[in-house]
Amino acid sequence: MAPDLATQVLHALNDAPALPLLSTDAFPDVESTLLKGALDSLLSREMVTYETIDKEVAVLTEEGAGIVKDGSHEAKVYEAVCKALDGLKITELAGVVGTVSAKVGQGKAFKEGWIKKEGDKLVKKAESIQDVTREQLQTIADTQTYPDAKVLADLKKRKLVAIQKRISFRINKGPKFALEIVKEETDLTAEMIANGAWKEKKFKPYNFAALGAQTPSGALHPLNKVRHEFRNIFFEMGFTEMSTDRFVESGFWNFDTLFVPQQHPARDLQDTFYISDPAMADKPTDTEYWENVREVHQNGKYGSTGYRYPWKAEESLRLVLRTHTTAISAAMLHKLAQNPGPARYFSIDRVFRNETVDATHLAEFHQVEGVIADYGLTLGGLIGFMKEFFKKMGIDDLRFKPAYNPYTEPSMEIFGEHKGLGKWVEIGNSGMFRPEMLESMGLPKDLRVYGWGLSLERPTMIRYKVSNIRELLGHKVDLGFIENNAAVRLDKS
Amino acid sequence: MPTISVDKYALFGALGCRYTTKEFDELCFEFGIELDEDTEDDKDKPKDEAPQLKIEIPANRYDMLCFEGIALMLNIFLGRASVPNYKVVAPPNGQVHQINVHEDTTKIRPYISAAVLRNIKFEQASYDSFIALQDKLHQNLCRQRTLVSMGTHDLDTVKGPFTYEALPPEEIIFAPLNQEKAMNARELMDFYENDKHLGRYLHIIRDSSKYPVVLDAERNVCSLPPIINSDRSKITLDTRNVLIEVTATDRTKAEIVTNMLVAMFSQYCDEEFTVEPVEIVSHHNNETRVVPNISPRTTTAEISYINACCGLNLSAEDICSLLKRMCYIARPSAENKDLIEVDIPVTRADVLHQCDIMEDVAIAYGYDNLERTFPKGSGTIAAPLPLNKLADIVRQESALCGWSEVMPLILCSHDENFAWLNRKDDGNTAVRLANPKTAEYQIVRTSLLPGILKTIRENRKHSLPIKVFEASDVAFKDMSLERKARNERHFAAAYCGKASGFEIVHGLLDRLMSMLSTSITEQGAVEQTLGYWIEQDEDPTYFPGRGASVYLRHLDGSDSQTKTKKIGSFGILHPSVLEKFEISFPVSAVELNLEAFL
Repeated sequence: MAPDLATQVLHALNDAPALPLLSTDAFPDVESTLLKGALDSLLSREMVTYETIDKEVAVLTEEGAGIVKDGSHEAKVYEAVCKALDGLKITELAGVVGTVSAKVGQGKAFKEGWIKKEGDKLVKKAESIQDVTREQLQTIADTQTYPDAKVLADLKKRKLVAIQKRISFRINKGPKFALEIVKEETDLTAEMIANGAWKEKKFKPYNFAALGAQTPSGALHPLNKVRHEFRNIFFEMGFTEMSTDRFVESGFWNFDTLFVPQQHPARDLQDTFYISDPAMADKPTDTEYWENVREVHQNGKYGSTGYRYPWKAEESLRLVLRTHTTAISAAMLHKLAQNPGPARYFSIDRVFRNETVDATHLAEFHQVEGVIADYGLTLGGLIGFMKEFFKKMGIDDLRFKPAYNPYTEPSMEIFGEHKGLGKWVEIGNSGMFRPEMLESMGLPKDLRVYGWGLSLERPTMIRYKVSNIRELLGHKVDLGFIENNAAVRLDKS
Repeated sequence: MPTISVDKYALFGALGCRYTTKEFDELCFEFGIELDEDTEDDKDKPKDEAPQLKIEIPANRYDMLCFEGIALMLNIFLGRASVPNYKVVAPPNGQVHQINVHEDTTKIRPYISAAVLRNIKFEQASYDSFIALQDKLHQNLCRQRTLVSMGTHDLDTVKGPFTYEALPPEEIIFAPLNQEKAMNARELMDFYENDKHLGRYLHIIRDSSKYPVVLDAERNVCSLPPIINSDRSKITLDTRNVLIEVTATDRTKAEIVTNMLVAMFSQYCDEEFTVEPVEIVSHHNNETRVVPNISPRTTTAEISYINACCGLNLSAEDICSLLKRMCYIARPSAENKDLIEVDIPVTRADVLHQCDIMEDVAIAYGYDNLERTFPKGSGTIAAPLPLNKLADIVRQESALCGWSEVMPLILCSHDENFAWLNRKDDGNTAVRLANPKTAEYQIVRTSLLPGILKTIRENRKHSLPIKVFEASDVAFKDMSLERKARNERHFAAAYCGKASGFEIVHGLLDRLMSMLSTSITEQGAVEQTLGYWIEQDEDPTYFPGRGASVYLRHLDGSDSQTKTKKIGSFGILHPSVLEKFEISFPVSAVELNLEAFL
């Protein structure tokens, strides 16, 4: 059996009169990819070193090789004309030299002044000729190049010559050069430990630049990872998680209890999903509360003029998909009114809006909501609280803009400085719930309640530079994105 | 929120200051409006158009829906103007304008209000603003004209007293605004059927047997509310005397709209801020009165309440001067040291309660100037929701087992939830939406499978196997509850690969049960040991012979009775299900109701 290529290389190096060894000399016929494989395996054992030489060479095309063999087209025409003693009929030329040579060679031979036309015949004009093209091509065939670049370019243009890349190697002995390749182990095995073979074995160097084997892993959804961070922030600040297991709400709980008038645009079919089956809720069991809500909308109560419009029970009982989790907060505060006192609640769950879907809107998203009820709460306290809350998310600078919301007064939009965009962006909404809402429930006048909310998706999109919400929530999310998304640490900006 | 475009330099002129965009943005921020855009450097702006500021106005500030209102409120805020003193003045001839309301209108649009602006002088800008304000009010407060609509007329082209009637459409004949040809109201409905602007209002009265109409003393039609005015009485740049009529189904909003138009445009009358009254004669519904009532509403606010809410310690005088900047006239009460008396101008229809006044004190003081305290801790103790804690355990364990969490949508099509899973809708299960914009959202899912299968479908480029799970809510109809529906927390997982992965899904089920301290038992176990078991059954969602139900015998909450419950199913999905969801590889899935493990 012939020794393998790697061994051949080692021997060639050993026998070479001078180093480095050029592969073009030692292995002119071995394909460069094969040779590289052998060299790499020797390199990894430090038995050789090598450099790659990229060189451009000129080679003859099939047509070019034909000319070296038989002469150029024009020379062939000249010879044919010479051979026919008393001239060659033009119509017969193709039959003698072939169609290609006849077509190209005839014109060229005229131009060179080798032949002339007499009647319908071609006759010899020059006594002898020099076939320059053939000579040039012969040079290239011998040396793979031509001293005059202009000639080379011209021949290339005439498609007689092509330029090819040729890879060759300049090879030297490596520090561990030997004629024999010792088998190196790639891994330490239990067997080697048992029989002590590890003491004798040679180990192949490990390639630390390469990646390790991919570890099989599960993954939590990126949005849920952000949700987890938010939940922890709430827990750190003493909040109890509300039960939000109610996608379907009545207009009463979703709007009326929050002092959202029945003609409010948010209640339009364009914005809210109504339910056709089942369509209508029951009245709440707390009928006194129901009456209070009617009264405060329709005629005013608790020091409020109310909205002064005919409040309709049917509108209040229409079922909707909750448009915000504030409906849940309202129910929790109504429950708190039975035994009023300080409380801190939060929830993070899905809400629904009848939106036209685009890059930043889906019909579903997650609302993060917090509620603080206590005596003696102030607006300055709300601002102070928000600073601490958002600091835990890594947002240090906040501004507060007066805003309008039917169920909070005062209302504030919270703006955070977006360092990437270099401007202030709205990051949440907050306020103190209106007395019309709280006193209807039976909460004491001096127990004030903060409420604030933000979407889970928006900060996630800003933070992780997701520009399309559909890449974050829903069935079109790329599993690769879920699997490879880094751990979420909101406080680490 | 409505966005109002105003001429940038005209507004800066009115405010007496050439703000930079940044400075003006800052002013808006403090006041609580939002500068959306300054078109000065907008490349798309036509060269001959003056730079515009686009300002977002909070939905309750109907007094800032036009240039005049924005300029006035900001000037008051900046201390450059005070609240105008709006006055009702008698007409020059002493003859009070009158509108007689016929009882028939109660069935279609029962309320009317009105006012007359005498000796007004429009310029192009103020005329355009007058028209634009009506448009903005129609869109917002008036709820696309359903609640309220307004018409403005050149008083000199009509003759009072007026009547407000409801007539059969054939009897209402007039040339509508900017038309030459007279037509009856029935023809008018057809005429405007496809009109981009007016077409969407026709439905408000179209099917009624009688349409509301405002007529003058000579039975000339002034307007056909809420659709259009007559061409005859239209106002122009040269109009000097304007009759405003406002019809409505909502009494309160009719007055607000009338007052806004008067408050904003009476400044262009020769005698500034005056308006002539109109007597509405409407005995049948006790609405006979003289309108508009533009005197401020006087109320009181508690100093202690304002200070307590804001976290401030302001004197009565401090509060009164802050309120002045927010368009009120306020003074300390003579009777009660803790009260201030506040005159709320008609422009501030949004003020309902002293909390609104309190907010305005805080805005005038400056939100950024309030002391930022941290609310004193009342010693609340944090607690997670047990259901979420349970779901988190299941989610964590699934991920530790090498499965990836997905989060599809909760709304889905009816077919995806039923027919595609070879399931039948008994009509008592799913919550159906009344008004979805697409067929993708027809019901609230009752199973997690459709979303998971859609996720697999959309990830067909992902390498196999795909192992995904979700722990989230589904909802069911429940007629025993107040809201007629309930959520249920489910867990589902699916394996998609070249082979079914049935045992792999089975293994995940076993692992989760084990992590929930639930051991395997059997149905007929003699001692009724607690635990779960699996029974093969013929669920058409699954491949025949490869589908099963999961049962749980557990202690039920309060009374500690042993209870047996079917908590879910698993199996190889039927190829017809896969075909529907366009998945060309076998899929095994499990779905469980988690609530029994609470």
